[in-house]
Amino acid sequence: MEPVNTDILRLATIGSVDDGKSTLIGRLLVDTRQLFDDQLDAVVNASERRGVGDLDLSFVTDGLRAEREQGITIDVAYRYASTPDRKFIIADCPGHVQYTRNMATGASTADLALVVVDVAHGLKEQTRRHLCIAALLGVRGLVVAVNKMDAVHWSSAAFQSVVDEVETVSSELGFESITCVPTSALLGDNVVDASDHTPWYHGPTVLGALESSDAGAWSNATNGPRLPIQWVLRQPGGGRTYAGMVNGDTLHSGDVVTLLPAGIETTITALNTLHSGADTQAGAGLSIDVALADETDAGRGDLLARAPLPRVTRDVTATVCWFGERPLTTGSRLRLKHTTRVTPARIVALDGVVDVSTLTVHDGDELRTNDIGLVQLQTADPLVVDDYRDNRVTGSFVLIDEVTNATVAAGMVGRAAFL
Amino acid sequence: MTLTPLRPQTTTDHLSLLESHAVYILREVAAECERPVLLFSGGKDSAVLLHLAVKAFAPGRLPFPVMHVDTGQNFPEVLTFRDQTVANLGARLLVASVQDAIDRGRVADPGPHGARNRLQTVALLDAIVEHGFDAAFGGARRDEDKARAKERILSFRDAFGQWDPRQQRPELWQLYQGRVNAGEHLRAFPLSDWTELDIWQYIEREHVALPPIYFAHERDVVRRDAMWLAVNEFIQPRPGEHVERRLVRYRTVGDATCTGAVESDAVTVDAIVREVATANVSERGATRADDRFSETAMEDRKREGYF
Repeated sequence: MEPVNTDILRLATIGSVDDGKSTLIGRLLVDTRQLFDDQLDAVVNASERRGVGDLDLSFVTDGLRAEREQGITIDVAYRYASTPDRKFIIADCPGHVQYTRNMATGASTADLALVVVDVAHGLKEQTRRHLCIAALLGVRGLVVAVNKMDAVHWSSAAFQSVVDEVETVSSELGFESITCVPTSALLGDNVVDASDHTPWYHGPTVLGALESSDAGAWSNATNGPRLPIQWVLRQPGGGRTYAGMVNGDTLHSGDVVTLLPAGIETTITALNTLHSGADTQAGAGLSIDVALADETDAGRGDLLARAPLPRVTRDVTATVCWFGERPLTTGSRLRLKHTTRVTPARIVALDGVVDVSTLTVHDGDELRTNDIGLVQLQTADPLVVDDYRDNRVTGSFVLIDEVTNATVAAGMVGRAAFL
Repeated sequence: MTLTPLRPQTTTDHLSLLESHAVYILREVAAECERPVLLFSGGKDSAVLLHLAVKAFAPGRLPFPVMHVDTGQNFPEVLTFRDQTVANLGARLLVASVQDAIDRGRVADPGPHGARNRLQTVALLDAIVEHGFDAAFGGARRDEDKARAKERILSFRDAFGQWDPRQQRPELWQLYQGRVNAGEHLRAFPLSDWTELDIWQYIEREHVALPPIYFAHERDVVRRDAMWLAVNEFIQPRPGEHVERRLVRYRTVGDATCTGAVESDAVTVDAIVREVATANVSERGATRADDRFSETAMEDRKREGYF
């Protein structure tokens, strides 16, 4: 076997507790032979010791002691798989509402969500919450495993009723690609191998849907290149280059760029990538450093951009997922981290709280743990922002508790189309 | 909304993306934390980590020291490699010694043949307090173990150095935030998303130097706990065990008392890449006695403050 470079699809599992997310991922990894022999042996042994049968597939990803004792997923497990066509980075996320912060952690870097729905129960509120968060976070492709089909005797009508529900919600949330697959993760039907129990189904297996999805190639940036400056590198002879990771469009040597928030126009005279050294261009996700034609006082927290330029502002309208234990209210003071800048911030208005069941916004005085809300905030230092829907990097921020330093909110600049 | 390619069609090989992500993490933590340190054992993962750190800050010097948590039971080739590598870089090497911790009475002496891997936790945490470090870079990967698969890239440790897997900080996007209060610290894992195969492919591409024991060589070994253990000053054959000379190499490098070799004829990085791509047993399963104590051996050690 010759190892080859392939593209990477990042996916996160979402859905309610006990619908079978971890079992599905376990099945996917076992049936594609991604597990080493000793890892599979360890799962078999752990299953026997805990009295849960010959092989509890959820133990492949539920690796913590408490998870195995309670039979739940507490935090995201990251697993790595590859097929001849593609590498997968899989974030197996928890379903419980109190671990929504961990689900958001897993979904924030995902291209695609693998949704697991128990066919007998349909879309639970928690699944709707997860779909809403995934949509807010910019996930646009779904593969939906309509699971536990064995429990409804492989009924195509039961499958179709979940498909209808998923399609209604998904069109509201704006997902662009949806593939629903009737599965039994427990028995392995339509996960890797096509099932004999569903002659009425002609679509792909879960693995087939993941392999053929083009979600990983979709852009989450519809604007010009941005380079948030992380670090200034001093060059021999007294010059400086500015290091950071490119996002948005491809940046080129020779590009005329604007240093923000200062608003100084200059030119990139040299561009260095890690692999090639001096290079002509670099696309999103590459760490580079650049030299500028003009003397500037550029430093960490500043940003180089090519038109259309981001906004420079201290007043931000945003959608936030609140994870703090104490409620968020108007007047709350926090720290905000946006690109490479950290600045004090204050909530100046709470414009509404999102009802995840109906996707409507209602008035409220506070955001409680795991609520999603619309806020206006003001920062001490100016930020250089795009709307989240235009750029996942310059449109995102986190809020930090000033006392504990815990991350207490995920923030997205602007308002999602469905709110 | 039209869908356009997220990633440029040119330089998007996965090693460049992994490399860029790791360098991004190194720069974020170096910028946000007051006193970081990079943990360097001389193993392949920390050799890759150090290589990435050098690239992240070149042409400048490393903006943090390098620290080896030394069990005192090392493969001599690895110590030689450690000293040469650090000397070539002009980096500052700190050694946190398990022997010192034993001598100071901080931990019980496990005896001349006892495994000292777990005792590294005390030496590490003492050194973090002594030097006032608020961040420690480590080469751990999520594909190594099921507890590591659960860990954040920036992993918060309380004032006792403990990891609480039930109370991890949310980690959204690539907004790594490294703020801690006095006495607390972070572990930062830039190689989180790398697999063993990625590491070897990167070593091949970048010509990263490694200790010679990673490559196949003849060595006197005994079979114990389904592993080949090198006969040396720490490991002597027990009654009933036979010393054999075998062609072996190491897949991981840890304490010499608990790290096993695997049979292999791979003498080049290219041959190792092929071997790793077709392996049936995980690297820790094949070579680490310390992970076999219990179902959650790694989680239990990590909770106490292990790497």
